[in-house]
Amino acid sequence: MAVAEHAAHAPAGAAHAHGAGPADGRPLEYRDPHQSVKILGFWLFLATDMLLFACLFATYLVLRTHTDGGPTARELFDIPGFTAETFILLTSSFTGGLATLCMRNGNKKWLMAWLAVTMLLGLSFVGLEAKEFAADVAEGANMQRSAFLSAFFTLVGTHGSHVSVGIVWMFLTLLQVARRGITEITARKVFIVNLYWHFLDVVWVFIFTVVYLSGVVM
Amino acid sequence: MSHGNGHAEAGEHRHSPAMYIVGYVLSLVLTAVAFWLALTHAMAIGPLMWVLMILAGLQIIVQLYFFMHVTEGDGPPFHSVALVLGLIFTFAIALMSIWIMSFHSMVA
Repeated sequence: MAVAEHAAHAPAGAAHAHGAGPADGRPLEYRDPHQSVKILGFWLFLATDMLLFACLFATYLVLRTHTDGGPTARELFDIPGFTAETFILLTSSFTGGLATLCMRNGNKKWLMAWLAVTMLLGLSFVGLEAKEFAADVAEGANMQRSAFLSAFFTLVGTHGSHVSVGIVWMFLTLLQVARRGITEITARKVFIVNLYWHFLDVVWVFIFTVVYLSGVVM
Repeated sequence: MSHGNGHAEAGEHRHSPAMYIVGYVLSLVLTAVAFWLALTHAMAIGPLMWVLMILAGLQIIVQLYFFMHVTEGDGPPFHSVALVLGLIFTFAIALMSIWIMSFHSMVA
């Protein structure tokens, strides 16, 4: 059924750019089965990327007390710093959501504006994190110092590099929207890059809880 | 719930940012509560950890429902099955690692 439906729509699929109002009740990015299957595929990627973080969280949880006489979590973590990072990332997840909303309303200008705001918030998050890491290393808390610090930098750094990749990816998506407008293909791309972004926000909430908050209370 | 109203709106009118605003406010409130509980030492450490993990779990639901449109999609919800499986594996890996390493054997 889905295949026959696709065959009927295929010639028009790539060309038409009417973003406003889903004619058949479904959002634009789900209308072409070739696009909606990619959204499903991306959910599968997120489920497996979650396992990468699961292993890094498990390593951190096991090693967090192995400080080898070096700095402990409580001594190291800067409360205003990680609070600002959390607030920025939560806000960027919201603005990313607004980009999806504007896309579904067919508003190309605001879609691009919200993507740009999300990227800027992402950049300031990565900047704060780099500053935090540099300050830690300046105090002698580098990756080689203890098992706790190896696990800490690996977990938080893996998240930070995911965010950095996300910023580049979002920028490339923004360029495609600018050139081609809101089509079934660019709509799917905007939707997916935002799924990735919200996923990274969820991972950060766990880093905030398991690493930073637990670190300062224990 | 106003019967059928939401569906008609989705077809005819612009989508409203209400869902996103509610999601954003909820995520800020959940984070603020976690932050406040942790920094005021309002509870003993054991129960506090459980409450913080529950708050983080609620954040997952907020992001999935309000921002990631997990309830939408084409056909059967395969993505939700993958997601639940991924979450089970994630918590299993983390919790079992803690459990195994809590045995203070002389070998490891």
